[in-house]
Amino acid sequence: MPREDIAQFTIRSVQVLAEDGTVDEDLAPSLSDDELLDCYEAMKRARRLDERAISLQRRGELGTYAPAIGQEAAQVGSAFAMDEDDWIVPSFREQSALMVRETPPQRILEYAMGMEEGAEIPADEHALPPAIPVGTQPLHAAGVGWGEAIQDSPNVALTYFGDGATSEGDVYEALNFAGVYGAQTVFLCQNNRYAISTRLEDQTAAETLAQKAIAAGIDGIRVDGNDVLGVYRVVSEAIERARDGDPTLVEALTYRRSMHTTSDDPSVYREAAEEDEWEARDPIVRFQVYLENRGLLDQETKATIDERVESEIADAIDRANAARDELDPADMFRHVYAEQPPELERQAAAFERKGDRDG
Amino acid sequence: MADRLRMVEAVRETLRAELERDDSVVVYGEDIGRAGGVFRATEGLLEAYPDRVFDSPVAEAGIVGVGVGLAATGLRPVAEIQFQSFLYQGFHQLAQHVARIRSRTRGTVTCPMTIRTPYGGGIHALELHSESFEAGFAHVPGLTVVVPASPAETAGLLTAAVRSPDPVIFLEPTRLYRSFREEVPADDELPLGEARIVDSGEDLTIVAWGSMLRETLAATAELDADIEVIDPRTIYPLDTETIVESVRKTGRCVVVHEAPRTSGMAGEIIARITEDAFYYLETPVERITGYDVPVPLFAREDAYLPDADRIEAGIRRVLDRN
Ligand SMILES: Cc1ncc(C[n+]2csc(CCOP(=O)(O)OP(=O)(O)O)c2C)c(N)n1
Repeated sequence: MPREDIAQFTIRSVQVLAEDGTVDEDLAPSLSDDELLDCYEAMKRARRLDERAISLQRRGELGTYAPAIGQEAAQVGSAFAMDEDDWIVPSFREQSALMVRETPPQRILEYAMGMEEGAEIPADEHALPPAIPVGTQPLHAAGVGWGEAIQDSPNVALTYFGDGATSEGDVYEALNFAGVYGAQTVFLCQNNRYAISTRLEDQTAAETLAQKAIAAGIDGIRVDGNDVLGVYRVVSEAIERARDGDPTLVEALTYRRSMHTTSDDPSVYREAAEEDEWEARDPIVRFQVYLENRGLLDQETKATIDERVESEIADAIDRANAARDELDPADMFRHVYAEQPPELERQAAAFERKGDRDG
Repeated sequence: MADRLRMVEAVRETLRAELERDDSVVVYGEDIGRAGGVFRATEGLLEAYPDRVFDSPVAEAGIVGVGVGLAATGLRPVAEIQFQSFLYQGFHQLAQHVARIRSRTRGTVTCPMTIRTPYGGGIHALELHSESFEAGFAHVPGLTVVVPASPAETAGLLTAAVRSPDPVIFLEPTRLYRSFREEVPADDELPLGEARIVDSGEDLTIVAWGSMLRETLAATAELDADIEVIDPRTIYPLDTETIVESVRKTGRCVVVHEAPRTSGMAGEIIARITEDAFYYLETPVERITGYDVPVPLFAREDAYLPDADRIEAGIRRVLDRN
């Protein structure tokens, strides 16, 4: 056999809710009216938190913040697909997904105010803290998904990362580990087209990011990431497969409508016209049209949701501010080891100006 | 050049000058091209040298690793790692290859690579954007480690780094990037491995680098004593002679750094003082350092970083002891 094709691969792409708000009924997930409205509210909550956070940062009340405006469908749709005991393993932009789970907005704000308290994991929640180093957390998710498999638990890990992260070696290693051990893990790559200023074309020569699964021998699929129903459907199916030990890489094609972080100025590297194009494809607008057409969302319901979201976030801001006012700097010594080694004890004492040395 | 520049501008103008002077210089890193770098340290370079300035994928092991190959073909890689802590992602390439390719091949293959990276705390950045790992890099044989403290030094030392036959880790204190301007002479190469006596004095020697030098000068300004302030500028190779000579003269010494205390460079510096100036010491050397904790998020960062008050208190203790 001198020459023959020995393997062929294809990458499938899914869209359920089109830009005009129409739905492919064959593919539409079976969500109740209440669930659909919950989903909508979660997207609105995420959007509002980001907007408030950006303005707080501008007023100097918050540190660097990474908004996910435009990515709400990818995050909320996927987080809704999880079971209560599944694990969420986020990067640094996953406010939308985290709030669908058990993380209160107060924690997110505290973290953005530079307080370690914000990275505390709520009791009974299966989550890992935000990962600032790009592409590091998918390996943790591979570990979680493998650990659950070793212990015959049905729990799945869902991890989030960006298009830029797929260039990091850690991400390849994570996909490969998951394939080798049958980790109960779903890898959700939010392809928002940019890694800070770097466009996808400059990030990789690959045609899709989903195809990066192929080399690891796991499933790869693309979904319209601005379509909350499509994301819900694709991720639900991936999660069910993962429960049986088949990991999947899902590429959710979306767009980061806002700045990379509050320290970033996108006008340096992209055209306003491109941003306008994506404004028209906004995930919340699309879903809203769908819900209105189905008669689920009238002006009154919308107003109620907006008010509820507004007051929840205002409360969270108040509570985070109050926590900051109580902040004890000496806390930095308290959680480094289970038992404080003598060096640290001495340094903590010196910090409190006890003793006659600096540490 | 001879312009009044900020540190970040000194970086940019030096890179521009080296790209202009030497066709083998290539500059690359995350967001350094179209966006001009997250601190704008490379602004305008892509436009000026489109064939030798590159935006790279988000892959630090790659950024460091390809440097070995680029250098093997005769190029001079000058890479940016967006923040020092992300050089951990490239550490295996650094320690296993970049630093030792010369010794492994007995000088037949070398890696004249410069890795620039923003370093240190004090700008209220995100988690893992404020670390100081100079001692870790200095612990890897084969690496030269530089920390400039002013715009002119940045230009002079970065010029030397780019021209160095060996790999250089060039740590740029973010807190100083835009903090002041000074006259920066054009094409002024400062020797690597030479300390600067910032202030001379007879009563006490204080060694500090990077943004801690400014805190130190703020502290010494508050004191009547005649203090000698030394900035090693190159962490490895370390200018032991200048430090030791000074301590032999003053008999008292304080070393300052913002990195954690344990296994920080102060330990090494004090060891060298004990080796070469022990009998001249009138009192134990003191160190003012960060604590053995991860650099806190910014709400607690100021509590972690040594400041002028802590340094002043340390100096007073050492001066007061008989
Ligand atoms: C290991 C590492 N390298 C570099 C950075 C700096 N950085 C922060 S976000 C980012 C781009 C990430 O892009 P992507 O993975 O697409 O995620 P997005 O920010 O678009 O959500 C970079 C380079 C970092 N935080 N960690």
